[in-house]
Amino acid sequence: MDMKADRKLSLKDRYRHLTRGLGWETSYQKMDDVFPYDKYEGIKIHDWDKWEDPFRLTMDAYWKYQAEKERKLYAVLDAFVQSNGHLNVTDARYINAIKLFFCAFPPLEYMAHRGFSMAGRQFRGVGTRVACQMQSIDEIRHMQTQMHTASNYNRYYNGIHAMIHQLPRIWYMSVPKSFFDDAITAGPFEWMVAIGFSFEYVLTNLVFVPFMSGAAFNGDLGTMTFGFSAQSDEARHMTLGLECIKFMLEQDPANVPIVQRWIDKWTWRGVRVLALVGMMMDYMLPKRIMSWQEAWEIYFEQNGGALFKDLARYGIKIPDCVEQATLEKEHISHQLWAGIYQWNFGTALHAWIPGDDELDWLSAKYPNSFDKYYRPRLEAWREMAKDGKRFMNTGLAMNCQVCQYPTIFTEPGDPSTLCHRELDYKGEKYHFCSDHCKTIFEHEPEKYVQSWLPMPQLYQGTCGGGGVQEWMDWVHLVPGQDNMDFEGSQDQRNFALWKGLASSNK
Amino acid sequence: MSVTAIREYIGEPRDVVANYHGNQLLYICWDRHLMFAAPFIFMVPPDMKFEEVLTQLVAPVIQPHPDAAKIEWRTTSWERGGALGDVPWQPDFDRSVAENGLVHKTWLRFRAPGLDGLAGAGI
Repeated sequence: MDMKADRKLSLKDRYRHLTRGLGWETSYQKMDDVFPYDKYEGIKIHDWDKWEDPFRLTMDAYWKYQAEKERKLYAVLDAFVQSNGHLNVTDARYINAIKLFFCAFPPLEYMAHRGFSMAGRQFRGVGTRVACQMQSIDEIRHMQTQMHTASNYNRYYNGIHAMIHQLPRIWYMSVPKSFFDDAITAGPFEWMVAIGFSFEYVLTNLVFVPFMSGAAFNGDLGTMTFGFSAQSDEARHMTLGLECIKFMLEQDPANVPIVQRWIDKWTWRGVRVLALVGMMMDYMLPKRIMSWQEAWEIYFEQNGGALFKDLARYGIKIPDCVEQATLEKEHISHQLWAGIYQWNFGTALHAWIPGDDELDWLSAKYPNSFDKYYRPRLEAWREMAKDGKRFMNTGLAMNCQVCQYPTIFTEPGDPSTLCHRELDYKGEKYHFCSDHCKTIFEHEPEKYVQSWLPMPQLYQGTCGGGGVQEWMDWVHLVPGQDNMDFEGSQDQRNFALWKGLASSNK
Repeated sequence: MSVTAIREYIGEPRDVVANYHGNQLLYICWDRHLMFAAPFIFMVPPDMKFEEVLTQLVAPVIQPHPDAAKIEWRTTSWERGGALGDVPWQPDFDRSVAENGLVHKTWLRFRAPGLDGLAGAGI
C-alpha cells in the first residue's frame, strides 16, 4: 500500500494550530457558561480575534528555550553553592537585603503563577489564554529558581528558615501579600491591569533593576544569575501587559474609565509596595547602585512619562497618585528604614545605623530631606545605642486598612506630620495612610473591610494569644538570632569566621 | 455595587468591637514626634479612666524619647480624627474612655506645650 507522507506544516500553520487552534466556539454549551467571568467587570470585548499575540511561541519552543535557561542557571547555582559563593558578598549586612527579597518575592511569584493560571482559563480569547498560561509557568519557575537561590543562603544565615510560615503571619509581609490577594480576588481584566500591566510593565524596572544590580554590585552571583535567567521571561511579560492594555482600550471607549481607575489604583498600590525596594536601595546595599529617588526619576518619571504620553491617544492620563509619589520619593525609604530599625525585635532580618560614609551618601543623594528630617533620627539612635539604650518602639503600630503598612507615611508637603485619613462605613471606622488608599477603599468597601491587619489581629488574640514572646513563638521568629542589630549577630560572627577560614591556614 | 462581583457580595469586617473581648481599639499619635514611626494602637477597656490610658499605656511606650519625661498630661491639647478631618477635642482626664465619647477605633492626636520634638523637625 502506498504510504503518502503529508507535507510538513508550514511554520505559520504550525503556530496557528498550536495556539489559536486550541480554542473553538462551543456548540452544546453556551460560551458565556464556559467563560462565566470575563464580562462581569464591565469590560466590553467585541472581537477577540483582534488580539495580537505579544510574543510568538508554541509550547514546545517555550519548553526548549526555558530548559536551556534552566541548565545554565542551575550550573551557575551549583558552582555558587560548591564554591561557598555567599562569602563573596561585599559585607554580610547585604544578606539582609537578600532576606527581604527572598522572603517576600517567591510567595508573590507563586501567587502570580496562580493568577495567570486563572486568567489563562477565564478569558474566552484563546490567544490571550495561551499567553497567560505561559506566563503562569514562568511565574512558578521564578518562584522555584528564587527558592533554590535562597536555599543556599538559608543554610548559612538566619531569618529565612520560616519564610512560608511567616507569609500570612508576620506584620510586614501583609504589605506584599495583601497586594497580591487584592489582585487575585479581582476579575481577570483587573488582574491583567494590576499585575500584567502596572506591576510587570510600568513598575517592573523599579523592582528588577534594584535587586539584580544590587546583587551584581555586592558580589551575589546566585541572585544575579537568577535575574539574568528571568530577564527574557520578564520581556515577554511586559509585552503581554502592554498588549492587554491596548486591546482593552481599542475594543470599546467604555472600557477607558474602568481601565483608568485600575491603573490609578494599582500604580498607587505598587508605589506603596515599592517603598520596601527603596529602603533596600538606600539602606541595605553596602555597595549602592543609585538612590531610590534616582531610580524613580529614571524608571518612572522618564520611562513612565513616555509610556503615558503614548497611552494618551486612548484617553488614558497619568494616575493622580503620581504627584504624591513624586513628592514622596525623597522620604519613603528613610521613613521605612526608621520603622524597621525601631521594630527590629519583630523582624526576621537585622538592622543597623548606617556608617558615616553612608550617611554622607544619603545627604548627597537627598539634599532636600535627609539632613533635616532623617539624619537627626539616625544620629540620635546611634548615641542612644552607645549609651546602652538602643532605641526600640515597644508600642504596636496602626495599620492602613488598604496597603496594610504601619502608617509611617507623612502628609504630602509636610514631612513632620504623619498622614491620617479616616471614614465611617456601616457603623465602623476605617483608617488610611493616604487619600489614595482611602479612595481604593471607597470604591470597593466590601473587599477591604476584610483586611487581616496584623496589629488588630494581635489584640484579638489570634496571633499566639498573648504578648510579644507568644507572638514570636507563633511567627517562628527566634529572638537573639533572627532579629535585632546586625552588630553582634550570629550572621556577623559566622561570616567573619568563615571568611577568615577561607583565606588563611589557621 | 460596593465590590465588583458576579453576584451580591457582603464582606465581613474583621475588626468589629465584638472581637476584642469587652475592650475596644484606640489610636493615639504624639504629634511632631516622628521618632515614633507611626501612631500607636492600644486596646482599652471602655471603663478605663482616660488619664490612666495616658499614664499606664502611652507613657511607657514613649518613655525612650527625651521629651517624654517632661509631659504634664493635663496640659496636653488634643485632636480627634473624623471623616472630615481632625478636629479639636477636649478630654475629660477623670472620666472613662466611654464617658469621653471615644468609640471603637477612635483616633486621637496630642501635643504637649513647649515640646516640639528633636532638631526642629518634629522628630
